[in-house]
Amino acid sequence: MSIELERVTVTYGKGAKRFDAARNVTLSVAEGEAFGLVGESGSGKSTVLRAVAGLIPHAQGRVMLAGTEMGRKRSTAQRKMVQMVFQDPYGSLHPNQTVDQTLSMPIAIHKLGDADRRVSAALEEVGMGPTHRFRYPHQLSGGQRQRIAIARALILEPRILLLDEPTSALDVSVQAEILNLLSRLRRELGLTMLMVSHDLAVIAHLCDRIAVMNRGEIVETTTADALAAGDVQNPSTQQLLRSNKGFDPSGGDLDLLDAVPIRG
Amino acid sequence: MDAPLLRVRNLSVTYPSDDGDFKAVRNVSFSLRRERLGIVGESGSGKSTTGRAIMGLARPPARVAADELLLGDIDLRSQTERQLRRLRGKRMAMVLQDPKYSLDPVMSVGQQIAETHRTHLNSSRAEAKLAALEMLNAVHIRDPERVYAMYPHQVSGGMGQRIMIAMMLIAGPELLIADEPTSALDVTVQSQVLSIMDELVRERGMGLILISHNLHLVSSFCDRVLVMYAGQIVEICDAGRLADAQHPYTRGLLAALPELGRRREELPQLQRDPAWMDDIVTPLETTSGKGGA
Repeated sequence: MSIELERVTVTYGKGAKRFDAARNVTLSVAEGEAFGLVGESGSGKSTVLRAVAGLIPHAQGRVMLAGTEMGRKRSTAQRKMVQMVFQDPYGSLHPNQTVDQTLSMPIAIHKLGDADRRVSAALEEVGMGPTHRFRYPHQLSGGQRQRIAIARALILEPRILLLDEPTSALDVSVQAEILNLLSRLRRELGLTMLMVSHDLAVIAHLCDRIAVMNRGEIVETTTADALAAGDVQNPSTQQLLRSNKGFDPSGGDLDLLDAVPIRG
Repeated sequence: MDAPLLRVRNLSVTYPSDDGDFKAVRNVSFSLRRERLGIVGESGSGKSTTGRAIMGLARPPARVAADELLLGDIDLRSQTERQLRRLRGKRMAMVLQDPKYSLDPVMSVGQQIAETHRTHLNSSRAEAKLAALEMLNAVHIRDPERVYAMYPHQVSGGMGQRIMIAMMLIAGPELLIADEPTSALDVTVQSQVLSIMDELVRERGMGLILISHNLHLVSSFCDRVLVMYAGQIVEICDAGRLADAQHPYTRGLLAALPELGRRREELPQLQRDPAWMDDIVTPLETTSGKGGA
C-alpha cells in the first residue's frame, strides 16, 4: 500500500501562538518500499508519522494511502491497514497485561475472531515461542519487548508499518536482531515501511530513500547511497552526517547549540 | 610518565539477592592519568556501576570491595561518608546523562553553580557568583548574566549539559566521570558538548572517564577504551585502534553495528560465549602498550 503526502501541515495552537510542527510536507512511498525520515528532535519527523497513522489531524494538505484520501475520521478498516511501533518498548506495553492480553486486544477491537491462532502466529512471526505468551512485560528483555510491540502491530495484518525510532532504546547487539527482523518482515510480507530515526546508519540500513527534516520541513530527499558517499547538499544533512560519525573535533557551529528549542 | 590520578585494583561491586550474591562489577583494574579514558559496554555490563563505585555512590545493599582504590594519594576505601562528600565536587566530579533530572528545578542554574563554589571553597556570595559567571563563559554560554538567572526548564538539553559541566568543574576537581553525558542530546550537539568538556579537561590537566554505549563516539573521542562485559573488563585498547580489537565480544559488537556505505542484507548477530563470563584474573594491558599520555 503506497503512502502519499501532499503539502501536509500539522499545526498546534492558534493565532500568535500557532506553531507548525510540520509544514508543507510532500513525499511519496511506493508499495513495499522502506522510506526513512531523519532529523533532530523537534524537526517534525514523528509528527509526520503520526499524521500518517491518523493519530493527529493535519490542518492542511492531503494524506493518501493506496490512492485514497484519509478524512478526519478513519474507518476501522483504514486504521487496520496502518500500524505503528514506538521507540520505547518499556513505555509502549501495558505493564499489567500479559503478552497474550496485549496481542488479543487489537483482535477484539477489530472483531477479527480466531484470537488464539492469530496470537500464536504473530508470536512466531517475530521469533518468539509459546513460552512467552503468558508473561508480563517486566519478565521480558528489551529486545523481546520490542518484538512483542512489533507482533502487536503485525497482528492486524497491516500493509503499512510506521516505525518511530524502533531501535534507539536498545543495545547494539539487540538492535541488530530487531533490524534483521524488520528487513525479513518487509521481504516476506511486502510491507510498506516509514521509519523515523536520528541514526543515519540505522536508517540507511533499512531504507533506500531518505528525507531529511529540519524545523518542520523536508529540506532534502536523498538516498542511502548518496548519504554513504557524502553526496548531500543541505547544510543540516551535512551536519547530521558529520555528527553520526562520532566525535567531530571541529566542534561544528556553536551557535547551533543555543538555537536548539527547549525540550519538553 | 606522571603518577596516575586514579588507581583501581580488583574492584568489585556485589548486590545480595535471594538466589545468592550478584557481582555487578568484578576484577576491574585500571589506572587513569591525564587522559580521556572511555568505558564501553551494553546495559548491565557494569560500566555505570564502576563509575558510581569510584565516586562512593554505590549505596547499601551494594558492597564495594577493592584491593586498591586511590585518588591521588587518598585511599577512597577508608573515607567516611562525610569525607567523601567533601571529595565529591572538590577532587572528583560526575556528569550524568540527562540534565533535566540532574539539575534542581526550583533553583536558578547560576545559583546551583555558585552553591558548589561556596560549599567547597568557602567563598562569599559575591565571589561565588563571579566564579559561576566565569565558568558559564568557559562553557561557551554567550550571555552568562542572562543564563545565570534562568531555571532548568528554560534551557535546552545542550545548554543544560554545559551548565552541568560548569557546576562539576567549578571547584577544580582532578577527575571527571561523565556517564553518557550526551546520550540525551541531539546528535548534532553531541560534538559541541564534548569539545567543551575536552577543552576544559585539557586546560586543567584533569583525567576524564567517559562512560558510553556508543562505540563510535568513544573511539573517536577518547585516548584509550575499556570494554566491559558481564561486570569485567574484557579488553583495553587504544581508541584509534578499536577496529583491531581482539576480544570476540568487541568484534561482535562492531560487526553488529549498521554502517553507512556498507549495506548488508543481514547484520551478524552477537553470539554470546559462556566462556566470556569466566573470571579474568590477570589485569589486561593496553593492546599497543602505549597508553594515554
